Amino acid sequence: MNVTALSLPVVMPELILSLGALALILIGALRGERSVWLVTELAVALLGVALAVVVFDKRTEGVTFYGAFTNDGFARFMKALALIGSLTSLLLSLDFLRHHRYGGFEFPILMVLSTIGMMMLISASDFIALYLGLELMSLSLYVVAAYRRDDMRSSEAGLKYFVLGALSSGMLLYGMSLMYGFSGTVNFKGVAEALSGHAPVGVVFGLVFIIAGLAFKISAVPFHMWTPDVYEGAPTPVTTFFASAPKMAAMAVIVRIMLTAFPHISTEWRQIVTFVSIASMALGSFAAIGQTNIKRLMAYSSIGHMGFALVGVAAGSVEGAQGVALYMAIYLVMTLGTFAGVLSMRRNGEYVETIADLAGLSRTNPSMAFFLAAMMFSLAGVPPLGGFFAKFYVFAAAMNAGLYGLAVIGVLLSAVGAFYYLRIVKIMYFDEAAQPFDAPKTTQRIVLGLSSAVLILGVFVPAPLTSAALAAAKSLF
Amino acid sequence: MIIGLTHYLSLAAILFTIGVAGIILNHKNIIIILMSVELILLSVNINLVAFSTFSGDLTGQVFALFILTVAAAEAAIGLAILVAYYRNRGSIAVEDINSLKG
Repeated sequence: MNVTALSLPVVMPELILSLGALALILIGALRGERSVWLVTELAVALLGVALAVVVFDKRTEGVTFYGAFTNDGFARFMKALALIGSLTSLLLSLDFLRHHRYGGFEFPILMVLSTIGMMMLISASDFIALYLGLELMSLSLYVVAAYRRDDMRSSEAGLKYFVLGALSSGMLLYGMSLMYGFSGTVNFKGVAEALSGHAPVGVVFGLVFIIAGLAFKISAVPFHMWTPDVYEGAPTPVTTFFASAPKMAAMAVIVRIMLTAFPHISTEWRQIVTFVSIASMALGSFAAIGQTNIKRLMAYSSIGHMGFALVGVAAGSVEGAQGVALYMAIYLVMTLGTFAGVLSMRRNGEYVETIADLAGLSRTNPSMAFFLAAMMFSLAGVPPLGGFFAKFYVFAAAMNAGLYGLAVIGVLLSAVGAFYYLRIVKIMYFDEAAQPFDAPKTTQRIVLGLSSAVLILGVFVPAPLTSAALAAAKSLF
Repeated sequence: MIIGLTHYLSLAAILFTIGVAGIILNHKNIIIILMSVELILLSVNINLVAFSTFSGDLTGQVFALFILTVAAAEAAIGLAILVAYYRNRGSIAVEDINSLKG
């Protein structure tokens, strides 16, 4: 790969988004509230352009800024996922924001800024770049969580997210300071070289703190406490955003840091990652059973799914990294589809969000019920839908890495988790019909339909995704 | 007595522990949590600067400057969210943050 001291073409997508975001702030500040829709449309266009550059422009690959920024195949794959997540959540939020009159040109700009943070995070290959990317992402996320500032639940969600987020970045930093002290460098490659022999106690300490800080961002147990509250309290489009794009970035950085900075101390981190993975799968499967609010249920569902993706990280091989990349791609599609469904749950113009509201949906709106059922089956991991293949790849990688116990526990817990997804299908198909929903908006319909199509038809043409994930994984080694 | 690296690291570890304890054990006021967060970040800075000085490598001090900058932004956003919350709830006591649970 081409390694340069300073090279702007390598950071082209980030550059486009950063300059674009500054221009949008200017437009918003100069034209005031009249500019809301103009700014929103431009933000959508910006994210679209960045996505096109990431996907189609191979020349952006390289290492630059004195080794702090790596744009390899893995980074491009995960950036594309993060951008799809941001773009779709922004499109899904338009009707919601219009309905609640939460205009304000700040919302799309905050989403763009947070996306820049995610892309920085995905490409980060030293601790300083990692920290700056993480904070750019998180600071914008704290604000969008509290975006309905006259709503108590939303501002409480923002406050909780902020306090726990600040604690987690403090822990991450403490770990990074120890790691810097014991290896003498902040660069991932340099750290790997310095730690090639025996790992001193201080390094293991630092490793634990770093994993704790990053586990918070993917809401893995035991750092998941914020997730259900924030998902429930934040406005639904914001929840969609939280469940999709930031997870891609945080999981990408976990994979990169484990495989490029700590390959020589893999016995140490494998134990921790295995524990976090099993705990997340278990909590995601059991705690979701009693939920009545669909956003809260999706919060536990995402905790569980992050546990499954971590199975691939624990494997620590090319196959494992491929499994994680694939898992995140399919998780993204399932999450966006499900939340498009949740955002279509409107009755007499008001948004509703309890599971009981879905009762008898198959009679009042058969197509929406069918698509949502496809999402639920896929989330549960029922073959032949996409969710099954995602789980298959990570468990196969774990088996080949000799982690039989982890794979067996994972399969058992995914069977437990299937219960609450299938309960939703049962409520939609066999319960007494509730009052029908309003007709879903076009965007929601398109996103729900498209993601179901990807999950159902993906079985017949899996090659583009699996080979892209494999190429991405290989670029890490 | 010569002040060595160990002393700085111990001080940072103590400050970090006080900060974390302040967040977890505090049941009174959210402002105290914000102060504890700052304490954690400053303990990290002490760590970084100490390591940087004793190893003769400047990167740690550069890192500390970045952390100071981000900490300022973080405090500003935290206070802004706190003000928005106070307007809705009329209180910033930790035990009053309870409208979301399950």
